[in-house]
Amino acid sequence: MTTTAERSAPHPAFTDAEAGAQEFPDSNARRYNYFTPAKRRQSHYEDVTVEVQPDPRHYLSQGWLYGFSDGRGGYPLEWTELKAWGSDRPVPERFPGSGGKGYDWPAHGWHEFRDPNEEWELTFYRYNSNVVRQINQNVETARETKAFEQWTPNWVTFVERNVGAWMHVEHGLGLYVFANAQRRAPTNMHNNAISVNSMHRIRFAQDLALYNLTLSEEIEGFDGTAHVATWNSDPAWQGVREVAEAMTTIDDWAEAVFVANVVFEPLVGELFRSHLVQQAAPGNGDFVTPTVVGAGEHDYAERDLRYTRAMFELLTDDREFADHNVAVLDRWLSEWTPRCITAARKLQPLWSQPDAKPPRFEDGLDRAKNRFAGILSDLRLQTPKELTQ
Amino acid sequence: MSRQSVAKAHEKIQELAWDPLYHSPVSQYGTDYTFQKAKKKDPLKQVLRSYFPMQEEKDNRVYGASDGAIRGNMFRQVQPRWLEWQKLFLSIIPLPEISAARAMPLLFNTVPNPELHNGQAIQMIDEVRHSTIQQNLKRLYMNNYIDPAGFNSSLRNFQNDYCGTIGRQFAEGFITGDAITAASIYLTIVAETAFTNTLFVAMPAEAAANGDYLLPTVFHSVQSDESRHISNGYATLLMALSDEGNHQLLERDLRYAWWNNHRVVDAAIGTFIEYGTKDRRKDRESYAEMWRRWIYDDYYRSYLVPLEKYGLVIPHDLIEESWNQIWNEGYVHEVAQFFATGWLANYWRIDPMTDEDFEWFEHKYPGWYSKYGAWWENYARLSVANGHNPIALEDVDYVYPARCWTCMVPCLVREDMVMAEVDGQMRTYCHEACRWTDTVAFRPTYQGRETPNMGQLIGKREWETLYHGWNWADVVSDMGYVRDDGKTLVAQPHLDLDPKKMWTLDHLRRCPPLQSPNVLLNEMTPEQQAAFHADYVRQGPAGRPAPAA
Repeated sequence: MTTTAERSAPHPAFTDAEAGAQEFPDSNARRYNYFTPAKRRQSHYEDVTVEVQPDPRHYLSQGWLYGFSDGRGGYPLEWTELKAWGSDRPVPERFPGSGGKGYDWPAHGWHEFRDPNEEWELTFYRYNSNVVRQINQNVETARETKAFEQWTPNWVTFVERNVGAWMHVEHGLGLYVFANAQRRAPTNMHNNAISVNSMHRIRFAQDLALYNLTLSEEIEGFDGTAHVATWNSDPAWQGVREVAEAMTTIDDWAEAVFVANVVFEPLVGELFRSHLVQQAAPGNGDFVTPTVVGAGEHDYAERDLRYTRAMFELLTDDREFADHNVAVLDRWLSEWTPRCITAARKLQPLWSQPDAKPPRFEDGLDRAKNRFAGILSDLRLQTPKELTQ
Repeated sequence: MSRQSVAKAHEKIQELAWDPLYHSPVSQYGTDYTFQKAKKKDPLKQVLRSYFPMQEEKDNRVYGASDGAIRGNMFRQVQPRWLEWQKLFLSIIPLPEISAARAMPLLFNTVPNPELHNGQAIQMIDEVRHSTIQQNLKRLYMNNYIDPAGFNSSLRNFQNDYCGTIGRQFAEGFITGDAITAASIYLTIVAETAFTNTLFVAMPAEAAANGDYLLPTVFHSVQSDESRHISNGYATLLMALSDEGNHQLLERDLRYAWWNNHRVVDAAIGTFIEYGTKDRRKDRESYAEMWRRWIYDDYYRSYLVPLEKYGLVIPHDLIEESWNQIWNEGYVHEVAQFFATGWLANYWRIDPMTDEDFEWFEHKYPGWYSKYGAWWENYARLSVANGHNPIALEDVDYVYPARCWTCMVPCLVREDMVMAEVDGQMRTYCHEACRWTDTVAFRPTYQGRETPNMGQLIGKREWETLYHGWNWADVVSDMGYVRDDGKTLVAQPHLDLDPKKMWTLDHLRRCPPLQSPNVLLNEMTPEQQAAFHADYVRQGPAGRPAPAA
């Protein structure tokens, strides 16, 4: 007879540790109680986002523990020139016997920002998975149905060079503007929204690169490396490149986000994507490229611009620093609007390259300017005189 | 596109990188490391086209399990002893995670390898995933576990609690100071590669043994991302090793990062696993056994030692000393005893140990009972308010310890305590290695070499200082550790939720005031300070006063 040794395993025990099993102080206090929700009820997004990044102005009683070589730790408010109410109050001084309390939550207006997209990991992965799945299906269907054979020869050249060149804009801004900025804003709500924006752009850059790879495999003579030469030396693209690189030099995180999403995107990004690629493609036999580019366009127009508006609306409407913020934003507009208009104008030769022509460049630029002016109006900012250039 | 191989796709996306022609990117983070000879390659072939659906699938599994746990009444079988400690753990961990996301840009300009930047950007968003998925787990506990107190206040409490401050190093160390020291050596080479094994693998196993299968569900999902982050760190480390001038800094940073991680992570996770469990099977691994397997064998011997041939100077002495602390000096037991001593300044409930616990500890750590048994018996005896004070203020042969200026865990292995006058202040350190970190490593010169980018230790690093001279009831009120009746404490030294047995502010009001060891030390004359030190190093184990001379 064989015997089997009893396996060692933990024994389940009935503990009755369920909610509601007993009544006692706090037994029904089932909400995070350390912040005030933006609306009547706390949202799921707020619960997983608010206060993860601490602040010595309210609860962080011992202050930041590690600093840079200049002694500054954490997320200094001075990392942007913009201010939210309460920003000028000093960090509460703590000393022997001082106690730990700071200002009442939120202590300053930066904590009032909420991402209207309510992005956290669950929403983020669902959205982006859907996007890449849809793009894969679109491109795969086009490949199976030989849709690329319908493209005119000049359109093939246009896509390999110009649509290809745009991937570099997305990649550069995604990594060196947005991913960089998400280290520097004063709350978790800001930094998470900016990091999501960063990934939209990096994903879109990769979408374009992999689409380019498919086209290299499917279209005879398609030069999969032409985008590099275009980006490096085509005069039409050097204005865009110059301003894209200039955005990576911005030290102020809010300026970087503002310039990229409020100035550059409507005046250059949407001009190229919506008013050139999306308009020209169908006439040249291409129904696929608009679906790939459209995904990136949707990221910006429906999500990234949405949080950007909410972020800057709070600042231009701030109860203490609205005038200060408007003056700073006006200065940024004066500096960056002409640079972006110059970059946009340098793109003009692209409009004549496809066989089937898109609407005129000037018409597209007018629409881009109107869109830009509309965004500024929403933010209660004046249209800069430089727009008339 | 779906037919394209990962390697081909990865090769293609390398075409995205470009060097600036017109402007140099802003340089916001400095390093004293150089990368002039390094070869550049990215070992992590991750493309977002496959990454997003993979992560979504992992999410589906996590949220499916969460739903199942609620439908299946998991909380009927969860051990409160275990879940109470999660109030501390889950208040700490979302910040280190999000700090790791924030750390990635520190490497963009300092590590000149565009191929690696792709992996670092993916790590950035992974860390956003980890932070929010952990906040969500805590929310689920708050909504479904019998006692939401401490979960509901967790992020306020984490920010003003002395344990939270200890844990916060495991976040702030990632995002400040020398960019390579912080975001590469401390974060990826040591914290992620070595210590996430105990955090995210060993601890979830203990959770499951205590009826909680959601912690393993969430944290194993998190850990599946860590292997990619480890690749990021390894690639950066190999690049750093290529420049011989970096070897001196690597030696410094490995010593600091190793020792700090040991002090902080072993303190917390060791306590959770050994004192937060009800699973006392003799053949289940102790924390010491887990540490030996996951950290000593898997990390030290299999990962670090092979790097010696590339010129990496490995802190063999500190690794052996960490083991000595855990095995011979009872580091985890001393920490758990201190957490329980200071229960009244916390926001979770700590269950007394029982005879079954004593038997297990004695089996796993021979000699445990003679050191710690009597104190834990006193803890149980004093757990329900009955005219006495909390154990910290009763005579139970325990001397309240001085706090380590560097790691902020108190100086619990008393014989190791050292002192130094720094910046006009007398400071205490739990070990010579922590004194070295403050007085030698975190300085603008190191062994005669200029290190202008090295960070600083800042802040009010001794929690007790803030409340020196305060009544304990006022301390707890100031921190907000009071339940919704306005008087019952969130923290309790037992698990009984009968309101009649719970401690209130009234019980604390009659206690003597809180005294800061560091304030008192700095009020002493030099002779008194020397005598204080001489007495301190003769104390212990288990916090016992020094024997009469």
